[in-house]
Amino acid sequence: MAHEHKLEIFRGTLKFKSNVQKIWGVLIFLSIVTAVEVALGITKPRVLTHNFFLGMKLLNWIFIILTLVKAYYIAWDFMHLRDEKTALRRSIVWTPIFLVCYLIFILLFEADYIYNVYKDGFMAWNF
Amino acid sequence: MDATVTTGTEESVWGGGNQPLGASYGKMMMWFFIVSDALTFSGFLVSYGFSRFKFIETWPIADEVFTHVPFFHGNYPMYYVAFMTFILIMSSVTMVLAVDAGHKMIQKKVVLYMFLTIIGGAIFVGSQAWEWATFIKGDHGALETKGGRILQFVNAETGERASLADFSKTLPEERVKHESSQGVWFEKEGYKTSFSLNEVVEGFKATPNILIRTETINDEGHKTVLTREESLAKLKDAVMVVEGANLIHNEYGSRLFADFFFFITGFHGFHVFSGVVINVIIFFNVILGTYERRGHYEMVEKVGLYWHFVDLVWVFVFTFFYLV
Repeated sequence: MAHEHKLEIFRGTLKFKSNVQKIWGVLIFLSIVTAVEVALGITKPRVLTHNFFLGMKLLNWIFIILTLVKAYYIAWDFMHLRDEKTALRRSIVWTPIFLVCYLIFILLFEADYIYNVYKDGFMAWNF
Repeated sequence: MDATVTTGTEESVWGGGNQPLGASYGKMMMWFFIVSDALTFSGFLVSYGFSRFKFIETWPIADEVFTHVPFFHGNYPMYYVAFMTFILIMSSVTMVLAVDAGHKMIQKKVVLYMFLTIIGGAIFVGSQAWEWATFIKGDHGALETKGGRILQFVNAETGERASLADFSKTLPEERVKHESSQGVWFEKEGYKTSFSLNEVVEGFKATPNILIRTETINDEGHKTVLTREESLAKLKDAVMVVEGANLIHNEYGSRLFADFFFFITGFHGFHVFSGVVINVIIFFNVILGTYERRGHYEMVEKVGLYWHFVDLVWVFVFTFFYLV
């Protein structure tokens, strides 16, 4: 159990005086990110829904990146991974990331293939 | 040689009781559990992605499914889910504050913050139950075709969704709900819809300003609305009326959407529920002074890890179910 808290976020740009203060700071940050997500989800700006990057809407890229940002701060500051030893942190974080990336890659490619089979193959399903 | 010589430092290395990762046994096991549970949830969410990519052109649009806020009428997409997200993050914050107070051995503050955490969790579970109830009850009603696809209705003038009750005719016909006691087979109907298929079809034919909306998403990202002629032709495919959603029929579109909704949010809701139960147990232990006597509040930290994990999962469920 690490009793020393690292009180910096945003790579040291923002330094808090106490752990409690840091917690509230992170809450404000997470709330802002959520508010941005909801606002984008409701307005759906045309620029973001009609431009694509790697086959995905820019809006969805923004959502996924913001989600990962939120996940980072929940894990680092609420689950205090920031204060843990590097080896523990890395084994907790990289194991799932590696496995999940593999899973996403393999399943989404397979799904896209099935989509094409349904679309071009001699099979009727939308009737 | 000094290979057999035992020095003091070696004894402390091999003598046991070391924590190379700086985490106690209990905390370590909590992390093991969290990592494996994270993989379970990833499996669910990725299989949701699999089904969605498979039917990418016909998948329901979440904004149009979850449009209700308790005590308010009208169309408010996402506001309530955003509120739920905020509640869960807030209860995560009170949990960190409880852990922090535990490090400082301030029993009273731990009690207060644990209490607030439990309240937050309870509000969240309640909200989820409400969301389920709304989803199951349904909104506008729809028709299902032979192929299991959903036909919804829109008002041609306003472009708004039309409910079955808006245009269906009431015909002098009677249909009795089928009970298992009256059948040759031990089957019964789950529910009886407010209108029969015939009433909806006749009502549709008599109301010229109603159009059919199919599941297909067009280039603009909206569901395709058919013309009146196409609608009348499409109406012939309908075989049953669907109101609300369950595991077999889903008025909002693809039935897989409902299946995954029940499964993923249900599994997450179960985690929140068990988290609340564990929090209550720890809460009473704190009140009784168990950790005061033990000399440290590490137990609060461990349930805290679990609680934050539940929050973490919700962040992903929120994105992939409601936003993307």
